[in-house]
Amino acid sequence: MTTTDPGGPGTALPTPSHTVGPFYGYALPFPGGGDIAPLGHPDTLTLRGYVYDGAGDPLPDAFLELWGPDPAGNVPDVDGSLRRDQATGGHLGRNGVEFTGWGRVQTDADGHWYARTLRPGARGRSAPYVSVCVFARGLLTHLFTRIYLPDDEAALAADPLLSRLPDARRDTLVAARERDGVYRFDIRLQGEGETVFLEFA
Amino acid sequence: MPLTQQDIDAEIAAEHAAYARRVADGAPVEHHPRRDYAPYRSSALRHPRQPPVTIDVRRDPELVELRSPAFGERDLSAVDDDLTRHHHGEPIGERITVSGRLLDRQGRPVRGQLVEIWQANAAGRYAHRREQHDAPLDPNFTGVGRTLTGPDGSYRFTTVRPGPYPWRNHVGAWRPAHIHFSLFGPAFTQRLVTQMYFPNDPLFRYDPILQSVTDDAARQRLVAVYDHGLSVPEFSLGYRWDIVLDGPDATWIEEGR
Ligand SMILES: [Fe+2]
Repeated sequence: MTTTDPGGPGTALPTPSHTVGPFYGYALPFPGGGDIAPLGHPDTLTLRGYVYDGAGDPLPDAFLELWGPDPAGNVPDVDGSLRRDQATGGHLGRNGVEFTGWGRVQTDADGHWYARTLRPGARGRSAPYVSVCVFARGLLTHLFTRIYLPDDEAALAADPLLSRLPDARRDTLVAARERDGVYRFDIRLQGEGETVFLEFA
Repeated sequence: MPLTQQDIDAEIAAEHAAYARRVADGAPVEHHPRRDYAPYRSSALRHPRQPPVTIDVRRDPELVELRSPAFGERDLSAVDDDLTRHHHGEPIGERITVSGRLLDRQGRPVRGQLVEIWQANAAGRYAHRREQHDAPLDPNFTGVGRTLTGPDGSYRFTTVRPGPYPWRNHVGAWRPAHIHFSLFGPAFTQRLVTQMYFPNDPLFRYDPILQSVTDDAARQRLVAVYDHGLSVPEFSLGYRWDIVLDGPDATWIEEGR
């Protein structure tokens, strides 16, 4: 196990990624994982969708992590997403007051996921979005994407990522408004309508 | 024709040879598996065909992906890092201490971040309803742990050594013993889920998941080392495993790389 890169002083070589496999379900998901919005918050929105494979079948064994700023565009620095009961060791759930900005949701047996979070505010030059990290059995390295909201066309047109994508690909990153406060975002891992995935450098 | 170990061995060898040719032709070292890795059959319909779109984080320091969710003491309970104490009785198996440091690409400690683990019991059985392997469940072992890294990036778990287990990738497929790890860094871009292996496991060469890391040196970084100094007298054997998170963080911008 060497972690020192002979090619550059003070640099370390990364630990390779591996799939989460099929058995993370009793370890990583937690009660209230998708209930990110504080109770009764007026800027709450619901995000929901499916994760599909290259044959168009929904994945029953994937999970997503969502990470986004608050409605003012500030990044939360609040812990407590996974609050535990010190007496029983069980999960307490979120406290319903603080906004941690982060959640983890599994797809159900039908491949459907949902989360309630706060409408993200804009940061920097970007249009408002929620960052998404996708994990699944069969996926050797997780995938990053983004959920943009469709409401402000001018902001979407000026977004540095969206503006350099062809229309058909760009549209895979923009959620569809189903009704007030409810947005649909499907993730297609492969093939027609394949979601745009991101790498950071 | 059922898929045999020999079929998978040939595919693994072909993938290694293809990687060696790429590197010989000047391609960069690949530290992570390719998502399209045929010997692991479950990857076939679950890898994107389009290349990822690269985001140069230096052009926008405000990206939310350059920050990370926070975790704290209230996200843990007292014995979360001791998987042998989650039930009334003692689990069956060889007790082990697994410890190491969480570092970034600059070799700096990653402090106060969440480390989650899950694993099979000593007989190679997960406490998961979908698990079909008929090895015995252990009523005194669930196999889930959590901790936060210390000021020096260190983590430490007490658990039992997991057993290898069969799976259905091909006839006679067995996973080498491993512990699953989930890690966060100071930037969401550094997110990592991976698996830690034990030294000298004879199953390494047959396992398409481990072999999906085609670079020999990178694959070796997934294997813990036995560390007698970590072993606890009359209690446990010690394994050391340092973890290095990939991906840019906000300091890449400050330092101008
Ligand atoms: Fe496993």
